[in-house]
Amino acid sequence: MKNLSKLRLSYALCAASLALIAASPALSQESVRIGYVVSKTGANAGGATTSTIPNYELWVHEINEAGGIQVGDQKLKIEVVEYDDRSSSEEAVRAVERLATQDKVDFILTPWGTGNNLAVGPIFDKYGYPQIAGTSVTDRAPDLAKRWPNSYWLLGTGGSYAEGFVDLLVKLREEGKIGDEVAMASIADGFGIELSTAGRTALQENGFKLVYDQTYPLGTQDLAPIVNEVKALNPDVFIAFSYPPDTLGLTDQARVLGFNPKIFYTGVATAFPLYKDRFKDAANGVVSLGGIDPNDEKVKAYIAKHKEVTGKEPDRWASFMTYAGLQALQQSIEQSGTLDKEKVSEVLRTGTFDTVLGNISFDNENRQVPNIFTVGQWQDGEFVGLVPTDKEGSGELVFPKPEWPAAQ
Amino acid sequence: MKNSPAFVIGAGAILFAALAFVPFYVDGYGLALAIGIASYTILATAWALFSGPTRYISLATVAFFGVGAYTVAVLGEVLPWPLVMLVAAINGMLLALVVGLSTLRLAGIYFVIFTFGLTELIKQLVTWYEVKITRTVGRYVFLDIDQQTIYWQLLALAAILFLVGYLIGRSRLGFALRIIGGDETVARHVGIDTTHAKVALFVLSALFMTLTGAIMAPRWTYIDPAIAFNPQVSFQAVIMALLGGVQRLWGPVLGVIPMTLLFEYLNANFPNYFILILGIVFMLIVYLLPQGVAGAVSSLRAWSRRDGKSVEEAR
Repeated sequence: MKNLSKLRLSYALCAASLALIAASPALSQESVRIGYVVSKTGANAGGATTSTIPNYELWVHEINEAGGIQVGDQKLKIEVVEYDDRSSSEEAVRAVERLATQDKVDFILTPWGTGNNLAVGPIFDKYGYPQIAGTSVTDRAPDLAKRWPNSYWLLGTGGSYAEGFVDLLVKLREEGKIGDEVAMASIADGFGIELSTAGRTALQENGFKLVYDQTYPLGTQDLAPIVNEVKALNPDVFIAFSYPPDTLGLTDQARVLGFNPKIFYTGVATAFPLYKDRFKDAANGVVSLGGIDPNDEKVKAYIAKHKEVTGKEPDRWASFMTYAGLQALQQSIEQSGTLDKEKVSEVLRTGTFDTVLGNISFDNENRQVPNIFTVGQWQDGEFVGLVPTDKEGSGELVFPKPEWPAAQ
Repeated sequence: MKNSPAFVIGAGAILFAALAFVPFYVDGYGLALAIGIASYTILATAWALFSGPTRYISLATVAFFGVGAYTVAVLGEVLPWPLVMLVAAINGMLLALVVGLSTLRLAGIYFVIFTFGLTELIKQLVTWYEVKITRTVGRYVFLDIDQQTIYWQLLALAAILFLVGYLIGRSRLGFALRIIGGDETVARHVGIDTTHAKVALFVLSALFMTLTGAIMAPRWTYIDPAIAFNPQVSFQAVIMALLGGVQRLWGPVLGVIPMTLLFEYLNANFPNYFILILGIVFMLIVYLLPQGVAGAVSSLRAWSRRDGKSVEEAR
């Protein structure tokens, strides 16, 4: 018995090594092979299963349902090769190498998050794959675009979000609606620190007074002390550059403790459908990153299709960038009429694409989409984009934030 | 003849020289796999170097690994590469010295928990420093070190590690540590300075872990505390070493290679059930190979020898 099991184990190991050697590349081009590595498990799984994976599935489903991508004179269906990076940079790097050299896929979709996209950057660059990152917020985007000329950073820089919001505050102060006092809490992790640093600079430059400026560690459970302390200071504006669990926690606590500043801003996950589902009417008036134009037909169609195919609504921020990136990739393949990576990249760099974000182009130094909504607000069940105010379809701020409705 | 030091070291040198040609024969993915195997070989062997003879289970592997990676993140663009490695080595050894002196008097289980906590402590310290002082969590490592160079550096480090491990095994220190592992009280009674012996080996083992982190850092471009101090690395090193067997210097490699290939196989073919299957595999390993692959090989040998004898007796 014992030997039999040992034998089985050794069979499994043999099979493992054989399978590694024999990973077979497609011989003739009957389909487009698309590979991706995302965090299906681990710390990043929450973000990846909200913004990244559903959009990849939706895109593949839509294309295959329509008979495939038009490449030259043939229609090619998509064949997917997917791996889990288990939220580890090293795994992501190795899996992308695998997609490029073993699976020999035609194109690789990007992983979730800033860290993993930066980790795989050199590999995308080495093998000439365009890297269209829809979930990376990084202030070094201009450097990265220079270093990896085929990389695109759709989610923008941390600075643009913080500055967009401060611009909004400056306007409110000019109208005499708010005073100088601002309270800011941020999570002690990459995103929170990058945004709060940019926010602090912008606030101080514009003469705002930070009456509260604290960070809290990753995984903080009890957020009541923060809310209590800020409530006692009674600022007109409360900003939290928070992560999903604390975004929900801070909103909960503010509601329970009756803290209702004129502007209430929370971070990642505010634009997620789960926020609306959880807080319903209480979400009204909450401000955050992202936003959409709810009257845009393309936006409406995208939300409806997303819900139909994946069973849930997309978030109103990174989902849109991710999907727009996929649309841009598809259109550059169709416009160039080939699967040749270099030719497709050429179109991607210079072309204009009709996407859910509108007509976009990456033909700029930073390889970013110049005009995306950086500030949005929940208004009657929709997360409406407010800033930049001159962007088509931008909404008006509901001010001041309505009272929290009584808890059900 | 076969066991003479000159023969063993010579054979090792030839083996490592041959492995240095791997990058010329494999593609990018093969190289990535080789880098994975090389880095875990160092981590698991360095872990077993200390934990094998002393039987102190350390979960601090990634604490040292992360210190090495962070040293590169901070100094990589400022200092020339050899100097960065030197600073990383010093950081790792200092940390190990402080930790070793203050904890190696702890008995088994307390030591395990302390080392696990140590990783979290250092991670939080780095986070605190970055948040309060430098105001950037997440650093960029823009170094032009290609994958082949990373592989060769790891290979050289592994060669040194095996040489050091071999020499220690034959030295008075190695002998002293085996006695400590057997029974610490007895060791103390026969006049061994147990604390010094343990600390010396702990520092040495930490040195190799730190350098591995430093060599691997340029591979990721971006480092934050969660990436550098990922506790999974510690657990994987322990599991691989235990699978291979910790009583011999070459034992952990026998765990690293099949485990790395198995991880790849599972991830490639069952990306959605990876953790589930992995859990079952771990249970099978512990159940079927309690002494590790090296132990199983030895007992298999002993078994076949005995079998041969009994055949002769029957005649």
